[in-house]
Amino acid sequence: MSGNEAIALGAYEAGVKVGAGYPGTPSTEILENLCRYPEVSTEWSVNEKVALEVGIGSALAGGRALITMKHVGLNVAADPLFTASYIGVKGGLVVVTADDPEMHSSQNEQDNRHYARAAKIPMLEPSDSEEARDFTKIAFEISEKYDTPVLLRTTTRISHSMSGLVKGQRVEAKTPEGFIPNQPKYVMIPLNAKKRHPVVERRMFQIAEDAENMEFNFIEGGTGDFGIITSGVSYTYVREAYPDVPVLKLGMVYPLPELMIREFCSKYSTVYVVEELDPFIEDQIKAWGLKVRGKDIFPIIGEYSPELIRCAIGGKSIPENISLSVKLPPRPPSLCPGCPHRIVYSVLSRMKLKVSGDIGCYSLGALPPFTAMHTCIDMGASITVAQGIEMAMGGDCCDTVALLGDSTFAHSGITGLLNAAYNKRHSLIIVLDNGTTAMTGIQPNPLSGETINGHETVALDYAKFGEACGLKTEDIRTVDAYKEEDIEKAISEMTASGRLSLLIVKGLCIILKRRQQAARKERGA
Amino acid sequence: MDKVTNILMVGVGGQGILLSSNILSSAALRDGFDVKKSEIHGMSQRGGSVFSHIRFGSIVYSPVISRRQADIILALEEMEVLRWIDYASEDCKIIFSRERILPAGTTSYPEGVEDEIRRLCPNVYPVCPDELKKKIENVKTLNVALLGILSDFVSISDASWQSAIKEFVPAATLESNLKAFQAGRNIISEK
Repeated sequence: MSGNEAIALGAYEAGVKVGAGYPGTPSTEILENLCRYPEVSTEWSVNEKVALEVGIGSALAGGRALITMKHVGLNVAADPLFTASYIGVKGGLVVVTADDPEMHSSQNEQDNRHYARAAKIPMLEPSDSEEARDFTKIAFEISEKYDTPVLLRTTTRISHSMSGLVKGQRVEAKTPEGFIPNQPKYVMIPLNAKKRHPVVERRMFQIAEDAENMEFNFIEGGTGDFGIITSGVSYTYVREAYPDVPVLKLGMVYPLPELMIREFCSKYSTVYVVEELDPFIEDQIKAWGLKVRGKDIFPIIGEYSPELIRCAIGGKSIPENISLSVKLPPRPPSLCPGCPHRIVYSVLSRMKLKVSGDIGCYSLGALPPFTAMHTCIDMGASITVAQGIEMAMGGDCCDTVALLGDSTFAHSGITGLLNAAYNKRHSLIIVLDNGTTAMTGIQPNPLSGETINGHETVALDYAKFGEACGLKTEDIRTVDAYKEEDIEKAISEMTASGRLSLLIVKGLCIILKRRQQAARKERGA
Repeated sequence: MDKVTNILMVGVGGQGILLSSNILSSAALRDGFDVKKSEIHGMSQRGGSVFSHIRFGSIVYSPVISRRQADIILALEEMEVLRWIDYASEDCKIIFSRERILPAGTTSYPEGVEDEIRRLCPNVYPVCPDELKKKIENVKTLNVALLGILSDFVSISDASWQSAIKEFVPAATLESNLKAFQAGRNIISEK
């Protein structure tokens, strides 16, 4: 079972009532698995902020909620996160952040452990699938015991690695008693928030004190004159590299058990802190005046491995790669053969337009042979960055277009379009509508007319929405993604018009199309 | 601690590596091994170079194989062997399909790939996909036939292989997949 499946299982066994999230590698499969349990009410939310707010509502009504997202998704959800910390919970609230060291499928390599400290929320970090399941259950208990949301952090190698575990039984949590108003606790106007902040500080102090005896923070004895403090997937690398060395394994990376760490450090002449990405644990330990080694020998970038840890501690450099006498061409990912995004990229490339781009499969249009995307920053930024370019250039925008996918448009492109209309901007916005959230493995979204459970639902009407924002009917067009001439004509006319306009390029994702064909064939047979 | 068996599967996104690695790890699990498997989803799956690490033994910690530690590399595409050659141990067995897939934007396949593999590794088992396809009923079972070849090099019972195949392939193709597995297995013994 993968770490993601195990988290879904853990939430199920913990009696979770609500699951919400937005797809993002490596987090997506958590909700895809959770939605299969009929006892759990799940949704793909419009974005991560919405998902977390849904989770807060569920928690306030007394229903346990699991909210899932990738690391950059937590940036979107950071606003509710920081205040959720103040209001606490009634039913447990667990927020999964799936980080991506090495950036296998992400635009940055941020270390979301910092959010735990910044938002004053405890954070657990499992090392394999079994812990992923167990820690999810423990996270709900901690959440309710200490009246706090809990962050559960995975990395790609936890979410997408598989290891064995034995399934348990679902234990139904209490039936939610419903939302009972409690203004001083739930209404965070300054008057109330000022009283809640000290509660939060006391809570974190208490958790730090109790962390000394929490069973998932433990020491494994061993021999040798050095010890290692570690957590998460790094623990497995450490054990592999040094099976007999004393190890302090942290199941909770925030807050830290200070006495336990002090005592461990006092026993060994050298203590190494092994953690991927930032010196999050190391800095806290050093702030207590203890001497440990960490980022002076271990990299701050990318994933670790047993080999890397052995070499760093052994003072050796990592052996060079074998030099090949055959020159291997790189094999970067590319748009699928038959992908509906291909033609629009050929057109944009030929027309030499500058493309303010966005996040999704279609980011691959930035690579050869198209090289037709010139910015890619965060979800929804295509539309708004194009507006900034226009403003800086005194209103001239005819060579820059904004381009994003349907799911991204729903996620945070809609606010950008409204902003453009409200502020009288002029650029062309192109939505590549392939009927799904493709990059993360085909999930429905508010434009595809289907819920997470495959039920039919409303699909946002672009034309009506554009008109509601004040766009003229002739400035909203839809073209077939496979009709090159139509696409070219529409883009040239719409950029020449100098008015804010919306072009929908419609063509079903080729993977989804094949799946639908296969499903039809199966039904037929 | 017993030696952990490290198998690296590599190929090109879309070749079906995840199915193969699922079958292998399930078979090992059924035989009572501790198993870990690690792979990447998302952007890299779109026609890029893909991999799956499978490790099994009495206790397995790391989900990833360290360089120079792979006991077997199974490649569904020829040049991908070289891309991952740093993972090969000294006596690594390299099973690869002579399938050649050009990376996007390139027009010619590099020369001398197989010679280079043989220069670097002594135990090389190339498989001609066309010859193998003649021995199986359904070309879609090719990857399972390759697993049949691999099965000769690992100590996993037949019963576990068969149950694992049954777990992951569509019921309608079970029979042809089991035959393909056997066809793959016979290739090495025939030689």
